[in-house]
Amino acid sequence: MTLDQAPATDARGPFALSLQGAAKTFGPVIALADGTVQLAAGEIHALVGENGAGKSTLVKILAGLYHPDAGEFLVDGEAVAFRSVADSKAAGISVIYQEPTLFPDLTVAENIFIGRQPKGRAGLISRTAMRRQARELFATLGVPIDPDRVAEGLSIADQQIIEIAKAISLDARVLIMDEPTAALSGIEVERLFAVARSLRDRGAAILFISHRFDEVFALCDRITVMRDGRYIATHETSGATVEQIVREMVGRDIATLFPKEDADIGDVVLSVVGLGRAGVFSDIDFDVRSGEIVALSGLVGAGRTEVARAVFGIDAYDRGTVTLLGSRLKPRDPQAAINAGIGFVPEDRRKQGLVMDLTVARNTALTLRNSLARFGIISGAREREASEKWSNLLQVKAGYQDLPVSTLSGGNQQKVVLAKWLATEPKLLIVDEPTRGIDVGTKSAVHKLLSDLAGRGIAILMISSELPEVLGMADRVLVMHEGRITARLDRADATPEAVMHAATASMEGAL
Amino acid sequence: MSETVTAPPPTGTISALAPKKRSRAARLLLGRDAIMIYALLVFVLYACISIPRFASPVTVGFLLLDVIPVLLIAMPMTLVIITGEIDLSVASIAGLTSALMGVLWQAGLDMPLVLAISVAAGVVAGAFNGFLIAVVGLPSLAVTIGTLALFRGLALVVIGDNAVANFPPDLTAFFTSKIGGTGIPTVMIGVLIVMVFFGVLLHFTPFGRGLYALGYSKEAARFVGIKVARSKFWLYVATGSVSALAGVYWTLRYSSARSDNASGLELAVIAAVLLGGVSIFGGKGSIPGVIAGVLLIGTINYALRLGRVSDVVLIIVTGTLLILSVVTPSIFASVRRWQHDRQVRNSLPQVTTSGSTRAEHPAH
Repeated sequence: MTLDQAPATDARGPFALSLQGAAKTFGPVIALADGTVQLAAGEIHALVGENGAGKSTLVKILAGLYHPDAGEFLVDGEAVAFRSVADSKAAGISVIYQEPTLFPDLTVAENIFIGRQPKGRAGLISRTAMRRQARELFATLGVPIDPDRVAEGLSIADQQIIEIAKAISLDARVLIMDEPTAALSGIEVERLFAVARSLRDRGAAILFISHRFDEVFALCDRITVMRDGRYIATHETSGATVEQIVREMVGRDIATLFPKEDADIGDVVLSVVGLGRAGVFSDIDFDVRSGEIVALSGLVGAGRTEVARAVFGIDAYDRGTVTLLGSRLKPRDPQAAINAGIGFVPEDRRKQGLVMDLTVARNTALTLRNSLARFGIISGAREREASEKWSNLLQVKAGYQDLPVSTLSGGNQQKVVLAKWLATEPKLLIVDEPTRGIDVGTKSAVHKLLSDLAGRGIAILMISSELPEVLGMADRVLVMHEGRITARLDRADATPEAVMHAATASMEGAL
Repeated sequence: MSETVTAPPPTGTISALAPKKRSRAARLLLGRDAIMIYALLVFVLYACISIPRFASPVTVGFLLLDVIPVLLIAMPMTLVIITGEIDLSVASIAGLTSALMGVLWQAGLDMPLVLAISVAAGVVAGAFNGFLIAVVGLPSLAVTIGTLALFRGLALVVIGDNAVANFPPDLTAFFTSKIGGTGIPTVMIGVLIVMVFFGVLLHFTPFGRGLYALGYSKEAARFVGIKVARSKFWLYVATGSVSALAGVYWTLRYSSARSDNASGLELAVIAAVLLGGVSIFGGKGSIPGVIAGVLLIGTINYALRLGRVSDVVLIIVTGTLLILSVVTPSIFASVRRWQHDRQVRNSLPQVTTSGSTRAEHPAH
């Protein structure tokens, strides 16, 4: 273990890029407490960490999207303070995102040279020069892509290569790849790696962000681990093991943070059999019993939310069945799911959970609108009465009833979402990232509430990217990886390492 | 656990930003539709005092007869715009209905049958819009620009350049008759029924609650089980049906069935709806506000005409009012945002020092 807090002095000399102790807060939320990463010219450097470890914030600082509140940021040994993406590009930093955003109707060459097209005579754009330069770029990368075809219909892999070509044409010396392989097939990954290695050999510094340990170990020279917005350690790949990295990624005391009290586990409430949707998830089987909290764990993009949405009827599925309390649920009909007794607290409060400009009362009563109506007529008084009852239970202040929810804090908004679903008195409650972006106080209140609900016999399916939350709350943990359930762990077996291994599928990997 | 719920400012950083509470009565009296109603009252009062001959039953009669088509169509249009959609084909549907009435009447059909077929045509036209928008999923602006031309064209095909004027005199007389000496047109009773129907539908039914949710966020609406496509479909059937009623009214009031009846009316309707406080982006608005908006435009036009102001000025005044009605709320909003930002800035030092929050990732 090389737990050196400041690996500044290194045989590699002045770093192509060095960020030390960078911090970024959004209001009360600390997104990054100590962002530290140092890239030498001619190395591929991995950045790993759980969801929420602060990797994306760090990348956004490097890309010039965020301005850090504190910390030292050097490029080629000189301090920089980027005010925009353009500043970052000018300093030779290019970011390749997981899903590039090319202009679909322009040709490949036009996409590469957009905004700085080579000019010919009379100041007009020279298509010949543009085409020739694009061909040269692809030749150096060793990838045959026709510069004259339009970008629409190109595979994501090809689009990434085009972004890389664009970066090279901008003389980028630092390339940041943010989970570039997430959407690629095996052979495309190999090609991307070949391109990355050849760039490294020509002196570029590459920051490679990935959740896949096999790739990290196969490609990278050094690995930096982050956790909870902090730098943990940097290792030479040759001297590191997967176990060590995983331990550093998850290592913290979690035993006392999120306790779920024991509840009597009863009959099966939700039963999902063979659920599948082409290209999204497949062979999903699981039960949730009354009084039980089942966590769907895994990395962002593993298909957890998609499964939950299909169960609730927001999205369609191709195969399989969803059964609630013995009767089969109609697919693609959220109202039927609500009537059958399912509540769904979605991951995006602002877009999915609430109607932000409506009042607390209106929002809370929205799920009850049909049952509150008498002879088809709904009255504001009955709505408020119902809303107040459930709001009180969740300690949302009575005075808030007539305020638009957009004026409430994140924690209170989440309480309103919970109130509106508890008001339907569900048999099964699906909660997707129930404590994302809310303060610590409300967070533990939400955990206590979920524990109480389970105690009262409600079945709970919880999706969470926070490992401590999963391990503290769940009776059983189902781990998903690339659309499949890769592990089913009981509370006793659910260790951080076991969950992370299944989530990254590193057991099946090359190691 | 209490932080923002009961918290005093030092611990609950966000509670400092919670807005001041306003009583229910204050909100009712200061809402946007209330302001429109005050504007209407103030203008009517001003007109009564300053314009001779304005305060009379004759004024009430002509004014209402003029605004009835706009008032009718504005009701379902309010619901459509609240869901974030639009229907530009309403005037063409009214024209098509009028043309059909003329042809069918001339062909010797009984009046009840003529009316039934004409209104049914409006229902079908609305359902056609609804099918393309809700079921096929095309954008309403494009679809109804298309059907605006299509239905008007069909009207021309049906009746050609002819005009049919020989409707039964008792019927046309009924459509311009007044209730006793009040000057209020008898047909206002029917219009009132339509107004109450859509007012109740929007403000007092689960369906209406769903429309607001739909206008703000389709995704949030789906999560509470609102059937997005079905709701939209029925709204277009409603605009089609009510536009047909307006077409019938137009034909019998002027005793003239022509293919170009009610042309351009869609803009008057949309202008009045927006003036009445409905947000063109969806999610905001109320029926009382829209009624006030329609009556305000109608009254201003009538008063200016009484004051012998030329039609050009009328159009300029209507346009200016419309722009004001759209601009004013955004000015209020930016003032409020500015105040809010200042509050946030003032509370910042506390935020940055209360640093015990666990690392959180807003970007994921």
